[in-house]
Amino acid sequence: MIHPMGKEYVGISKVAGPLLFIEGVKGVSFDELVEIRTRNNEIRHGRVLEVNRSFAMIEVFEGTVGLTISSTRVRFHGKPLQIPVSMDMLGRIFNGLGEPIDGGPPPFYREKRDVNGAPINPVVRDYPEDFIQTGISTIDCMNTLVRGQKLPIFSGSGLPHNELAAQIVRQAKVSSQEDRFAIVFAAMGIKNDAAQMFRKSFEESGAISRVVMFLNLSNDPSIERLVTPRAALTMAEYLAFDLGMHVLVVLTDMTNYCEALREISTSKEEVPSRKGYPGYLYSDLSSIYERAGRIIGCEGSITQIPILTMPNDDITHPIPDLTGFITEGQIVLDRELAKRGVYPPINVLPCLSRLMNDGIGAVKTREDHAHLSNQLYTAYSYVKKVETLASIIGEDELSDQDKRYLDFGRMFEEQFIGQGQHENRSIKETLDLAWDILTTLPKEELIRLTEEEIQKYYPNNGAQECPTG
Amino acid sequence: MLKPIGIVNSINGPVVKADEVHSVEMMELVEIGDERLIGEIIELHEDRATIQMYEGTSGLEPGTVIYGTGFPLSVELGPGLIGTIYDGIQRPLQQMHMQTGNFIKRGIKPLPLDQHKCWHFIPLVEAGAYMRQGNIFGIVLETPLFEHQLMIPPQVEGQVEFIQKEGDYTIKETVVRLKAKSGYIDLTMAQKWPVRLPRPYMRRLVPDEPLITGQRVIDTFFPLAKGGTAGIPGGFGTGKTITQHQLSKWCDADIIVYIGCGERGNEMTGVLMDFPKLMDLKRGRPLIERTILIANTSDMPLAAREASIYTGITIAEYYRDMGYDVALMADSTSRWAEALREISGRLEEMPAEEGFPAYLASRLAKFYERAGRVETCCGKTGSVSAICAVSPPGGDFSEPVTQHTKRFVRCFWGLNKELASSRYFPAIHYMDSYSEYIDLIQFWWVQNVDPEWKSLRDEAMKILQEDFKLQQIVKLIGEDALPDNQRLVLEGARLLKNAFLQQSAFDKVDMFTVPQKQFLMLKTILRFYHKARVVLRSHIPFERLRQLPVVNEINRMKDRISNNACEQFEALFQQIDHQMNEIEKECMSVR
Ligand SMILES: Nc1ncnc2c1ncn2[C@@H]1O[C@H](COP(=O)(O)OP(=O)(O)OP(=O)(O)O)[C@@H](O)[C@H]1O
Ligand SMILES: [Mg+2]
Repeated sequence: MIHPMGKEYVGISKVAGPLLFIEGVKGVSFDELVEIRTRNNEIRHGRVLEVNRSFAMIEVFEGTVGLTISSTRVRFHGKPLQIPVSMDMLGRIFNGLGEPIDGGPPPFYREKRDVNGAPINPVVRDYPEDFIQTGISTIDCMNTLVRGQKLPIFSGSGLPHNELAAQIVRQAKVSSQEDRFAIVFAAMGIKNDAAQMFRKSFEESGAISRVVMFLNLSNDPSIERLVTPRAALTMAEYLAFDLGMHVLVVLTDMTNYCEALREISTSKEEVPSRKGYPGYLYSDLSSIYERAGRIIGCEGSITQIPILTMPNDDITHPIPDLTGFITEGQIVLDRELAKRGVYPPINVLPCLSRLMNDGIGAVKTREDHAHLSNQLYTAYSYVKKVETLASIIGEDELSDQDKRYLDFGRMFEEQFIGQGQHENRSIKETLDLAWDILTTLPKEELIRLTEEEIQKYYPNNGAQECPTG
Repeated sequence: MLKPIGIVNSINGPVVKADEVHSVEMMELVEIGDERLIGEIIELHEDRATIQMYEGTSGLEPGTVIYGTGFPLSVELGPGLIGTIYDGIQRPLQQMHMQTGNFIKRGIKPLPLDQHKCWHFIPLVEAGAYMRQGNIFGIVLETPLFEHQLMIPPQVEGQVEFIQKEGDYTIKETVVRLKAKSGYIDLTMAQKWPVRLPRPYMRRLVPDEPLITGQRVIDTFFPLAKGGTAGIPGGFGTGKTITQHQLSKWCDADIIVYIGCGERGNEMTGVLMDFPKLMDLKRGRPLIERTILIANTSDMPLAAREASIYTGITIAEYYRDMGYDVALMADSTSRWAEALREISGRLEEMPAEEGFPAYLASRLAKFYERAGRVETCCGKTGSVSAICAVSPPGGDFSEPVTQHTKRFVRCFWGLNKELASSRYFPAIHYMDSYSEYIDLIQFWWVQNVDPEWKSLRDEAMKILQEDFKLQQIVKLIGEDALPDNQRLVLEGARLLKNAFLQQSAFDKVDMFTVPQKQFLMLKTILRFYHKARVVLRSHIPFERLRQLPVVNEINRMKDRISNNACEQFEALFQQIDHQMNEIEKECMSVR
């Protein structure tokens, strides 16, 4: 195979949206990297989206503004986009395509890797089951994060998802091997302030030298965002599976990523699926989210915390919906709770951690953990029903039992969900707190807990008696 | 061996267009370029062809040569399938791992079955016997307790000219030679079959035996028959995968074919880690010894996802043909449908609903048609039950894949978001679900469990339905405002929901319930309900009923009474009677 590497074509045939079309090319391959030189000698990058014997369609990461038909030069690289990977990149800041933007020298590296990665063979995956204590009660107790999990935060614009993510990263603790951790941070179309907030938080916790940042901010080219998470994950895979580090990857905001994907799809005039997003949004997102986990025989792990803002706070919107179908659970933020001043405003009912069951229990956390969490869910979802009823017939008309549930609900929201941005609760504190709050309810109501657990953990055993109606 | 059949003209993701195409058949498997990337011809038009690619096309160039293989996409069937994990086109993932490491690379084609392993062959016929398709000529112990029946492949017949003696052979060695009209045919222990073609059988049988799953809401309320079809639709996180895992673990099929079609890698890992450790209830051997896994996870090539369910069902049919009951799980058929949509879109076909091609319905129909209980070619009874997850966007069942699935399955287990978010599992909603097998399988319950089964089940269902209606009123006025007889319905339904329907997949006792225990649990709840109805007539305050200690006992019977201690229910019945009588007496005396 001969690649006209170095061979430059001058002049293109068409520009439309972020796409560039070129005719009369030979030996171009699908998905390969393209270098584009503008009239002013500015260099841009692109990728071949479609190719036939004489023509290629290219998506331009930096956008097509300023390109001309006759004087644009195009050079094909003969291979997909690659980024360097090395230990030397820790502590550095790169743009969305993996080029340094912190003023430092290009990092030293021995190897470059295809940003698209490759699927992990399911037979070598190791099941994630190591409990990560985040210090946040609703997560640790009810939606436990484990090492190697992909657990997104579903948020809405203006909600404190960045603060929450920063708090998780700051406090995330796994019982052993704390010195072999790294953080990979990918920003896609977020504001500079938000990126700075994260940076400050990494600095304060002393982790900054172990962070690699890939920044595509809101004023950066939007198509570049399609590369950013992939570059970040390529780096993360190197750190985790080559160097054996436990890597926490924060991807924010996936909604901006999806919008860039939609932009390309619309320009290509593809038949859209829901809300104008392409039919392959699910597969495309999978190719990002599935790059998390553990591999048998490798020391390290990749834990992903993608953040997305739900358009109109709608959880059925294709972006959160398809994400939820791929990730191993979700943490959902709620505007109502936020308005009432509850931080973190986590609405536990739609939240889930699918890997929780294997990460908790007698050895890892405590034997009552699973049932306790289920009990909180059962009780709190009943509270929501009672609240609806109360809003119709009035609180006074409720049965005593239901009134107790309302009390439980209030305490749960204020004391259990609510906690400080710098409050780091141990798992024991969290579980004990849950029991404390459950004493608002009579023991007979706690059918999700076993009698032994109630015997052992229900505070002031025997003091509470069932009310007679 | 492979001959060039055309040249790549264009590449658009998984779709490759070819020109200068000659001597190739529709649906033929092709290989492209030096890397020999695998694809399948899905359209032929004069000297042009369209190919769907089973591997990534990154780096592929127009002008590359395409080679024909002469075969449609086929699977290799024979001893060694069990316990193996394959990708969507039957490449053994363990082998791929040994060849290319932790990540899946392109262009490698390890053979599906171990070519060197020796199997202990026992001949069952002698020279001179006349054999037709599906006839069994020998057996091999594929796992310590599983007899793999070696069959004459479909469309082959002839007189046995020669058959090997009992002994150890590989699947490459000839074990039988038939003298057919066309000449001699050498058979090994393995055979090939194109995945898109159903394997033949003698005739269809009525599916009148339940597939016992140990899941109460399924077995008692919405049962599946052996050879039946079931759809499990539900939004994300509602429990489709866990339900399928539960069924794979505990259902009383002989063979499980589990297809991870466009879902998570870790879920396949979970099965791979659990199944060697868990024991098959029927045989007392590790579950992996009855399981075949097909993993085409969401990050693996899309077209192979489309192929994966055909690969799976063909393997299932093969074991059915030996006279076994096979249960096939596909998680999720929505991802399969999306792969169809994706390819169709790239072909610029006219989309029907929501971008899906117009042939979505007929493809689904054909797939479900391959399930069934049949008399096999050799006169045995075998079945393929198909249990398929559906992932409707936004959890909205009105979308095309759910709607079409509903037309072709006879069991519908609708998962409900609210139930799941209050951690009420399985979140199969009794109002959205149905089974058309109840009448067919009730005789099995009458014969094997209890003549009363159907009437108790129907009564319980009626309570749940009434409760559902009453809940609309309760939402507005609260429970206390209802008359006692209606509150009793609510209480009965509450017991049914908490003590019976709710079943934890993670509790050692609760995860599987034998039919006998299911029946007795139901009977217990209804006994309480009936007694309570009588007692309430003597104007006992309703709260007294709810506070009876036995209510707590009933709520905990699922994990307190183990499957083999069903005699303990007798004591529970007595407690109910006793405590009811006591409060009745008490109230009489007060008056
Ligand atoms: N029978 C059950 N018992 C206990 N927990 C369950 C049960 N079914 C589901 N769950 C809980 O619900 C979670 C989600 O279930 P599951 O992964 O099966 O959902 P799903 O419908 O397959 O979602 P997706 O479409 O995203 O794959 C599980 O991780 C588990 O915690
Ligand atoms: Mg699932």
